Amino acid sequence: MRSVSIIGVGCTKFGERWDVSLRDMVSEAGVMAIEDAEITGEDIDALFVGNMSAGRFVEQEHIGALIADFAGLSRLHLPSTRVEAACASGGLALRQAVLAVASGYNDIVIAAGVEKMTDVSSGSAADALAAAADREWECFFGATFPALYAMMAKLHMRRFGTTHDQMAEVAVKNHHHACLNPIAQYHTEITVEDVDRSPVVADPLHVLDCSPISDGAAVVVLAPTEIAKRFCDTPIRIVGSAQASDTLALHDRRDLTTLDATVHAARKAYAQARITPDQVDVAEVHDCFTIAEILAIEDLGFVEKGEGGKAAEEGLTALGGRLPINTSGGLKACGHPVGATGIKQAYEIALQLRGEAGRRQVEDAEIGLAHNVGGSGGTALVHIFSR
Amino acid sequence: MTTHAPRFWRSIPQRYNLKGTHCKRCDEYYFPPRNLCPNCRRGADLEEHTFKGTGTVITCTTIYSATEDFERMTPYHLAIIQLDEGPKVTGQIVSCPDGVKMGMRVRPVFRILGKEGERGIIYYGTKFAPMPKDEEKGPTKDSADCSGIL
Ligand SMILES: [Zn+2]
Repeated sequence: MRSVSIIGVGCTKFGERWDVSLRDMVSEAGVMAIEDAEITGEDIDALFVGNMSAGRFVEQEHIGALIADFAGLSRLHLPSTRVEAACASGGLALRQAVLAVASGYNDIVIAAGVEKMTDVSSGSAADALAAAADREWECFFGATFPALYAMMAKLHMRRFGTTHDQMAEVAVKNHHHACLNPIAQYHTEITVEDVDRSPVVADPLHVLDCSPISDGAAVVVLAPTEIAKRFCDTPIRIVGSAQASDTLALHDRRDLTTLDATVHAARKAYAQARITPDQVDVAEVHDCFTIAEILAIEDLGFVEKGEGGKAAEEGLTALGGRLPINTSGGLKACGHPVGATGIKQAYEIALQLRGEAGRRQVEDAEIGLAHNVGGSGGTALVHIFSR
Repeated sequence: MTTHAPRFWRSIPQRYNLKGTHCKRCDEYYFPPRNLCPNCRRGADLEEHTFKGTGTVITCTTIYSATEDFERMTPYHLAIIQLDEGPKVTGQIVSCPDGVKMGMRVRPVFRILGKEGERGIIYYGTKFAPMPKDEEKGPTKDSADCSGIL
């Protein structure tokens, strides 16, 4: 297998983008990434795009051909493939692109992610997202995504003494980070009291414990490391790429306070990268809800099981802490256009490792990690990056 | 969204009467039914099993903001319940004026789960209610066979 590097990145502003369409956003991010990599359309061998539910959100399927077309590549007749793993669709697209290059089958490959969620009502969007859970045996009985994570939170609180204030600290931190990120959906600081005072969605989770509904697209360009320097002064190597699955329904899991898919993907990715969790300098993790970030930092091995809430409370995971988590603002405050999220994570880590993250730069960051989850943990992807 | 009747009709045995699967080889119980045992896969020896429906609340939440189909029921209680035979299920807890607590014993009750607009299908299934104190019993009268109702 060949070593693979990121040679270009691009990302749109995340948020309620009523002025632009799905295809506009992909071409916007695509042009940024292609210009960043200083390549032309003729250099590209293949495209992969992560998209969860354009069929439900904008009544459009066949996204592979669509994005190649509106990226101006139709005359080149490139293979373009849409992949789907709910909220992990972006991470999955990245991994498919990595495999295409690592195998030697392709040289220059585009990994894109996109979701346009605000063309439908928030109720319809919630229902489309609920399709990532088990429609027949969870949603049919009234389960929602916040409810599934709320039930994990309740058990985590009971077993480990985690408090809602500790969860709220995750939201406070990620909003603070987002204020330093020009592409983030929210540029507002919040307090623990703000989270507490926001309406309850599913006890114990409040509105401000939840990631928003967002529009956005992100693109990265991959190349074999051996030729990456031709395109880019600071290629970022992808030294680990792993994916794991678990039961679709939360209730069938071995342990309701652990995402085993994350544990398994992380173990494989660390082994490929030949590193231990304490060597990671900066990480983007899947904080679709505040409790999800707490579970993630435990399952990725950054802290012991049960210590995630305390880590948030003590500032360990904030900029300036021992391990800054979600410097982009995370799903919580940078926004969560589901298909785009996994690629945006890679975009943020690439900026951090290049030293181009501006006011949110983690000093001397050399190793970064991105963690993307589908649904309540049916799919997890972990990528490890190195300068 | 409207759905055609077969989608609801084919799940009646499971949703009304809690019919699931027992693997005789590894002695594991599954709900909903499975055609392959995750322990034994193709080596499984599967038989149908009707669950008693009694169980214990493992974790729970109260939902204040729901998807469109459930919005009119809010707030409502949702829980993950471990059935006495072993498997866990997701279900609503009703008839619990004192709220839902982890560790609470529950029994199945037959209820309307929802309907698709004014003229759409009304669909039924099992919810759970607190077990009367010191009472360990099987499915209650109102969870009896109602397969003919549609
Ligand atoms: Zn078996």
